Parts: sequence; C-alpha cells; structure tokens
Amino acid sequence: MMEMSEKIDLDQFDKEEFLGPSLKSCPGCSATIVARFALKALGKDTIVIIPASCLATLLATNTQTGIKIPYLHALFECGSSTATGVKHAMMRKGKENVNVVTIAGDSGSMDIGFQALSGAAIRNEDIIHICYDNESAMNTGGQLNSCTPFGARTPDWPLGKRLMKKDAPSIMAAHNIPYVATASISHLEDFYMKLKKAKKIKGFRYIHVLSPCPISWGYDGRYTVEIARKAVESGLWMLYEIENGSFNLTYKPERRIPVEEYLRMQRRFDTLTDDDARKVQEIVNELWRRYEE
Amino acid sequence: MSNLPSVEELPEAIIARFGTQKAKTGNWRTNEIEIDQDKCDFCMRCVVFCPDGAIKVSEGKLKMDLDYCKGCCICIEECPKNAIKEERKVELP
Ligand SMILES: Cc1ncc(C[n+]2csc(CCOP(=O)(O)OP(=O)(O)O)c2C)c(N)n1
Ligand code: SF4
Ligand code: SF4
Repeated sequence: MMEMSEKIDLDQFDKEEFLGPSLKSCPGCSATIVARFALKALGKDTIVIIPASCLATLLATNTQTGIKIPYLHALFECGSSTATGVKHAMMRKGKENVNVVTIAGDSGSMDIGFQALSGAAIRNEDIIHICYDNESAMNTGGQLNSCTPFGARTPDWPLGKRLMKKDAPSIMAAHNIPYVATASISHLEDFYMKLKKAKKIKGFRYIHVLSPCPISWGYDGRYTVEIARKAVESGLWMLYEIENGSFNLTYKPERRIPVEEYLRMQRRFDTLTDDDARKVQEIVNELWRRYEE
Repeated sequence: MSNLPSVEELPEAIIARFGTQKAKTGNWRTNEIEIDQDKCDFCMRCVVFCPDGAIKVSEGKLKMDLDYCKGCCICIEECPKNAIKEERKVELP
C-alpha cells in the first residue's frame, strides 16, 4: 500500500468533537467521516442543514440527535434554499459570522436538490455546500442517479449503467462561485485544508467529497478507506480546487495505478466487461492528458 | 409573529436534543476488536478513520470504546503495524 506507513498528525485537526457516539450508520459507512471532519473544521458557530439522505437519518432519531450543534433536517429538494433562509435570518440578527453549511448526498445535490443548489450558487449566497458522494440514492436502496458512474449496477439498472457520471464540480465551477473543491475521505489532510480555506472565504463554497458506501458499492465495509484511496491513486477521482476561477491540483498520485484495481474490488462493477473497463481507463488517461496540457 | 410558539413549546418530535449516546451501537458487533499496545506505534490512522469515533487517545494509549465500535474493521485495514485484531463471534453467511 502506497502511504500506509504515513503517520497522521492529530494536532492539525481541531480537538472538539461535534458528532456524538451511537450514530445509526452501517458499519464502515464513510458519511460520518465527512460530517465529523467538516464540523471539526467549521467549529461550534455553525448551523448544519441536511436534506433527506442517509446522513440525515443516521444523525438523529425522532427525539434525539447525535450532533452537538444546531441541525436542521431539510426536505430532500431544498437543502440550499433552507440554508439560504437560515443564513439570512442570522444576518438579520447580526450574526454574520455563523457558518451555515449544507451537507447533502449526491441526489440531494445534483439531482432533486440541484435547482435549489444552482439557485443559491448563482446568487452567491454566503453558505457552504458539501456533497458527500456515494454515487447512488442510498437511503432508499441505492437507486441510480446522475452521479452513478458508468458501468455500475443499481437495483434499477441491473446490467450496469450505460451513461456517464455527471461532472458535478465542473458544473458548480461554471456558476463562477469563489470556491469549488473535490476531496476524498481517504485524504483527510487535503479535505481538512479545503474546509479551512472554504471557511474563510465569503460567498458560495462547494466541496464534493467521494464517500464510498459498502452497501451500494458491494464490498466489505473494512475496505471503505482503501477503496476511496484507490479511486484517487488511479486518477479516477482527481483532488483539486478552483479558487476564483483558477485551477489548482492539490494531490498528484506518484504513479497512477490501473483503474481496474479500483473497479474490481466492488460488486457493483460485476457486469462491467473488460472492454468497458478499458474504456474507463481511457477516460481517466484523457482526463490527465488534458490536465497536463 | 408574536403568536408563534417558542422553541421550548414545540413538540419533541420537531425539536430533538443531543442524546443518541444512550443507545449502544456496539451491540451491533458480531466480532471482537482488540488492540495490541506493544505493536502500536501511534500513527493515529485508526483514530481518524474510525467512522464511529470509537478509538480514543488516553494517557498515551489508544482505547477502543466497545460501547460504540461496530466492528467494521477499517482500523485493522488502516493499521500499518498489524496491531489490531479481529476475532469473529458469529460466522456471517
Ligand atoms: C421529495 C422526496 N422524494 C423522495 C424522498 C425519499 N428519499 C429520501 S432520501 C432519498 C435518497 C437520498 O439520496 P442521496 O441524496 O444521494 O443521499 P444518500 O442517501 O445516498 O446518502 C430519497 C429518494 C424524499 N424524502 N423526498
Ligand atoms: S447505506 Fe451506505 S451511505 Fe447509507 S448509512 Fe449505510 S453505508 Fe452509509
Ligand atoms: S472496528 Fe470499525 S468501529 Fe470498531 S474501532 Fe475499528 S474502525 Fe472503529
């Protein structure tokens, strides 16, 4: 393994914990890693909005929450409009410095939630949007959505999707917002640095985090971090940021591993033929060729 | 505006308070997870990657909070020193 001997300096992360124990996530779920580090970075003066998703339900039951800061469970389609309202209410009360963050799934960001998200982005509302991308509508059983990658099986496309994954960060960058970044739960230092940077910027900030789901992707939960790492090391998932329009690669794999090493760890790609796997490899090669130009 | 109820007056189902910790998700576990303190060299990878925040640093040692560890084994996969072990209690199909 590439960076397995790497020590992690705990001091770079804020000490305070905002996620309680006893979260109702499946063993090995990475959504809690996203939320834990997002809230650590943003700190206690934060209000979090979560539209319908696994994260929304695993953080709270009817009468109790597992989160120590104000949390609003928004309707599925309006995470960003709810966040807009909360931010404006805070401004009216003279509490401009309160961070308002939406943490939404990929459907809650890029499908049903897209209209609200796009609207808030184009108005450049002073809020942060974090999309944790498990590449399916997982809270209802892993149905296909626009972030499901090419070739992945879902209950509603059992032979494997024949369409491409939506390039969400580029779509958000096209809104000309001050900050767009991608991240992965396997590269926490990188994710944390981006959260801290986003916190300081005014206006709409968007961070898209790859967040593997053992149930949807079909692997033993113990490999969650390894799979996310392989997505990055194969070059399939590029870590970058776009700050005021200027692109900056934040991590470059030393030597890209073949994408098949990533794909073949997951049962959702069981129906992916070798030809199709080559096609995915070509897409990745092309992505990096374009970057290197 | 003044006719609106205050937060305190809202029913519990609308306003939930912090308190899930009473339910011990550790009892979902079908295995036992143990850390060998002699092999551990404090790289802290298990601490940051445990999705349930179940590994704590206390008095220079790592401590598993078995009340909440779900037994996912991410810590085992991320440990470069093979210091964490799993013992299966139930064979899964
Ligand atoms: C208007 C509406 N339609 C459907 C649902 C049912 N629903 C709840 S969560 C969810 C899927 C969430 O998917 P995503 O945003 O990708 O988050 P994930 O659960 O995958 O983390 C659906 C379809 C709903 N709550 N509201
Ligand atoms: S279904 Fe997936 S995303 Fe949802 S709680 Fe389980 S592991 Fe997490
Ligand atoms: S088995 Fe999973 S839940 Fe338990 S301590 Fe290890 S990483 Fe955390």
